[in-house]
Amino acid sequence: MLKRRVDTKLLLALVPFCILILAFEILPALSVVIESFKNDEGTGFSFEQYVTAFTKMFYLQAIKNSVLISAASSFIAIIAGLFIAYAITRVSERTRTRVLMISNMTSNFAGIPLAFAYIILLGSNGVFTLLFEHWGLSIFSGFNLYSWSGLILVYVYFQIPLAALLLYPTYYGIREEWREASALLGAGAFQYWSRIALPLLLPAAAGTFTILFANAMGAYATAYALVGANYNLLAIRISSLVAGEVITRPQLGSALAMVLGLTMILSLWINDRLMKRVRRDLG
Amino acid sequence: MKNERKGRVFPTVVLTLTMIYLILPLIATLIYSLARSWQSSILPDEWTLDWFRQLFLDSRFQESMWRTLGICFLSVILSVVVMLPTIFIVTVYLPKLERLLNILVLIPYAAPPVVMAVGLLKLYSSGPVAISGTIWILVGVYFVAVLPYMYQGIRNSMRTVRAKELIEAAELLGAGKLEAFRRIIIPNVLPGIRVSVLLSFSILFGEFVLANLLVGGRFETIQIYLYHRLIESGHVASAVVICYFLVILVLSGLLLALSGLLYKQSTPVTKKGSDL
Repeated sequence: MLKRRVDTKLLLALVPFCILILAFEILPALSVVIESFKNDEGTGFSFEQYVTAFTKMFYLQAIKNSVLISAASSFIAIIAGLFIAYAITRVSERTRTRVLMISNMTSNFAGIPLAFAYIILLGSNGVFTLLFEHWGLSIFSGFNLYSWSGLILVYVYFQIPLAALLLYPTYYGIREEWREASALLGAGAFQYWSRIALPLLLPAAAGTFTILFANAMGAYATAYALVGANYNLLAIRISSLVAGEVITRPQLGSALAMVLGLTMILSLWINDRLMKRVRRDLG
Repeated sequence: MKNERKGRVFPTVVLTLTMIYLILPLIATLIYSLARSWQSSILPDEWTLDWFRQLFLDSRFQESMWRTLGICFLSVILSVVVMLPTIFIVTVYLPKLERLLNILVLIPYAAPPVVMAVGLLKLYSSGPVAISGTIWILVGVYFVAVLPYMYQGIRNSMRTVRAKELIEAAELLGAGKLEAFRRIIIPNVLPGIRVSVLLSFSILFGEFVLANLLVGGRFETIQIYLYHRLIESGHVASAVVICYFLVILVLSGLLLALSGLLYKQSTPVTKKGSDL
């Protein structure tokens, strides 16, 4: 009898959590799902919004742009990250701590402040832009920060520290003995890297790629500050469909939000699978 | 010996270049905030503190700073107050629910702020609970945003102090559940969650998307203030960035000192790249 009463009390203590989770996580998520299957008037059940999302050039372009920018920036960051992570594991403890500290610190440097810093550096009146012009370096004259190459450049900046931080523990899984053993068996540095180290690193790199990809797909503030609503990206399209100043189409916004959300879930699921493999191989 | 030296050169070069790359935008922002004008020369011709003076005299800046600190503080406190008993009860008394809790806590990873904002706007813009545009919607949604970090921190801390065994011992000695929680769990677990508290705080401090979409100009946080200043004056905006970054620096400094202290007993808190 006493035990039962205590149990109700315990459940009562969970009520605040349940209310908050319901109100600010479950219900909003459900609402996105439900709204995405309504027509423009907000009634009935229809696939209309998804048809629009995947057939109208404008929205298809937004999805394509987001995927391309995310993939390109993640790929560049992974390549750079592989080198940086390797370097991190090869220096003294003190240098390593310092490097990790700076990487961690600059990972806070994202969104609006980051976009702004790049405008100072490479915007149309940016310091480097003017300097390059002054020096007559015409290779950079075609570069436009407020375009697709500019966006990739800025995305790469916030992806690189993340890639390095996620990748460097993997190098510790590759034992020094394996390199020695391969050297004893006559393998050169190239053979060691291509036949032993890289195959071991590959699943972790792919896993990290999915995290970076999801990170870039969901990114909004950086692009918003840099190109405003001008550049056609999925996250920007969604926000202007639901909170735009002129006209809002919440149902279509919800369908696009579903596309974005499912992409993220798929990326994270693949990452989970790959990481299980990494743990099996290097654990 | 020679090989050893060679082995050190490549990593040092890579890391030096990386650090320059990472710090360059920050340095540029700092110089810009201290320059009267900066055009077509490597360094500005004339230095000034005017932009900072202008900024500190702007009451909008001070207000937005306080607002941001206030809302971060409120959300993090709410998170600790709610999550501490929740995780405690689930790990100690209702382990069957642990899987469910784990899923709920990971949802913010999968649903980016812009997606959550769609649902929140639909639910709370009108109807019975029209809290969109108030700080209440922000506190609620910030509670969810920091869930993964708080959960990880609190759960690790509970494991470190062996909450389950502590409670069993306390109950054996005749303490009630509530008393045991209040007098044994809270004081033991709190020091271990300082890192996740600070991490959550610094994440919320830099949050822009939710604040902008859900509340916008009606509750100007530092990030929204920065966005508005960006359009008006570049130099003042760079002064805002520097002030903002100083706060982040202090927070990360504290974070690092704490995680260094706690390194031996708790697992490092990993952070998702923040474009919040």
